[in-house]
Amino acid sequence: MLRYLIRRLISLGLSLLVASALIFSVVALVPGDPASFMLGTGAQPETVATLRQQMGLDLPLPLRYLHWLGGILGGDLGHSFTYKTPVAGMILDRMQVSLPLALMALALSTLIALPIGMFAAGRRGRVGDTVVMGATQVGIALPNFWFAMLLVLVFAVNLRLLPAGGFPGWDHPGAALKSLILPAVALALPQAAILARVLRSALIETLGQDYIRTARAKGLSAGRALRRHALRNALIPVLTILGMQFSFLLAGAIIIENVFYLPGLGRLIFQAITQRDLIVVQGAVLVLVAAVILVNFLVDLSYAAVDPRLRR
Amino acid sequence: MRVSLILGALLSGLALVAAAVSFFWTPADVTQLAIAQKLLPPSAEHWFGTDHFGRDMLSMIMVGARTSIAVALVAVGIGMGFGVPLGLVAAARSGSWLDETIMRGNDLVFAFPSLVIAILITAALGPSATNAIIAIGIFNIPVFARVTRGAALPLWTLDYVRAAQVAGKGRTRISLQHILPNVASLLIVQGTIQFSLGILAEAGLSYVGLGAQPPTPSWGRMLAEAQTMVALAPHVAVIPGLAIVVTVLGLNLLGDGLRDALDPRLRRSP
Repeated sequence: MLRYLIRRLISLGLSLLVASALIFSVVALVPGDPASFMLGTGAQPETVATLRQQMGLDLPLPLRYLHWLGGILGGDLGHSFTYKTPVAGMILDRMQVSLPLALMALALSTLIALPIGMFAAGRRGRVGDTVVMGATQVGIALPNFWFAMLLVLVFAVNLRLLPAGGFPGWDHPGAALKSLILPAVALALPQAAILARVLRSALIETLGQDYIRTARAKGLSAGRALRRHALRNALIPVLTILGMQFSFLLAGAIIIENVFYLPGLGRLIFQAITQRDLIVVQGAVLVLVAAVILVNFLVDLSYAAVDPRLRR
Repeated sequence: MRVSLILGALLSGLALVAAAVSFFWTPADVTQLAIAQKLLPPSAEHWFGTDHFGRDMLSMIMVGARTSIAVALVAVGIGMGFGVPLGLVAAARSGSWLDETIMRGNDLVFAFPSLVIAILITAALGPSATNAIIAIGIFNIPVFARVTRGAALPLWTLDYVRAAQVAGKGRTRISLQHILPNVASLLIVQGTIQFSLGILAEAGLSYVGLGAQPPTPSWGRMLAEAQTMVALAPHVAVIPGLAIVVTVLGLNLLGDGLRDALDPRLRRSP
């Protein structure tokens, strides 16, 4: 297990390193010089040159990358060109919206998917199964931002139950939670449809195993065999999908945050791109990608802990 | 399940026909603005109503279908064009450093949240339909590489492939003559799925302003423009969304149906 862990840690470090280099190179391709962007069109060339020097933009690219990387290791993601504040702090601020949103959506999608998947697997091939699986096909086809607009139309505009957008901050926990409900539902439903389908096929596969037949033979009802034996064994593929969904939810939140004007990480990336605040873009994207890589690493590790055969 | 095949073909066919017909006929001219007739609800004259510039929504949807289909189709082409050869090579040299490099590269691309990178790429290259294609296409490459390798690996242990090796055929010729035809059906199924994902991705990118630029109509941008008017005229938001849902649903059903039809082994278990 220790050797496995060390190997996985090395590959984790390599992935993070390559990811950071890739992000840095793509951002370096973004046209427009941040220094001239900040000073406006009327600036003197000498002023721009001085600012470029202050910002370290005159250094060769590999050196700029190493500077950035060195800073990251010390917890410093640089300073925002437009807001003059540390990028790390800005990202932490925005995470207070994005992380709860992603977690709420993940919990919601699991809560919706579990009963649906179990219901469909228990009635495989019958009318109930066909109807529910048809509904999940529609769920998968829903663009979440469009679904979000419909939710706003119904629950904010017509029923006036929930806010249509904006975020009051965590000083008002009730209002803050309320403003995350519609975005979380919009994010969760299409993901729940995928999860329900995966759970159904995983359950159907385990239901065909000998130990289920044994359980039924010793008198367990179909429902109990499903809940007590099949569900637990079907959770492994479900865990994989959940790990992948976390990244979808963090990234999918970019568009949803724009629909609801939520001050999350996604909106930060967006605003920073339009303001040519590239150091912020770099930092925020890196945090997102690193979160995804880390979650997948943890999911992998949890398998190995459960199933010794995977520790090769 | 013949039902999903037929239903899927019908639903996804709607968008294809609409796009094809739009090249020589639309109910109204989409470049013609008629502010006096703006935001009209669906009627006999305008089946899908009109938008905030008074343009006929049905015509906009038809022309918008072209953008969605073109972007998603070319993105699938990029994914197959690069991914399939990579997968074939990885399978032919399985266990070698080449295989290892290709597969680790795949894992890395998978780790990136595709939407974030698509946004970054379109921001770097400038927003346009072409750059949306590139951004979506890049993420199709590892999908096809993985599917191809996964399907090709077991084929390399089969007797007829062994026989071809013994007879002196090179790995490249075996890959092209024996492996590729046998993984083709799986690639068609995956292609359908990636096609539907591409339509969703294009809509998302256009929605945030990084896809096709005005005046080219696109379903995603129609939704973005509708956002501020959704309370006044719900149809401007509902109709483009329905177009996306119907097309994506159709393609997914088609993919399911094709998989069942092309792979008889799957027919036993529903």
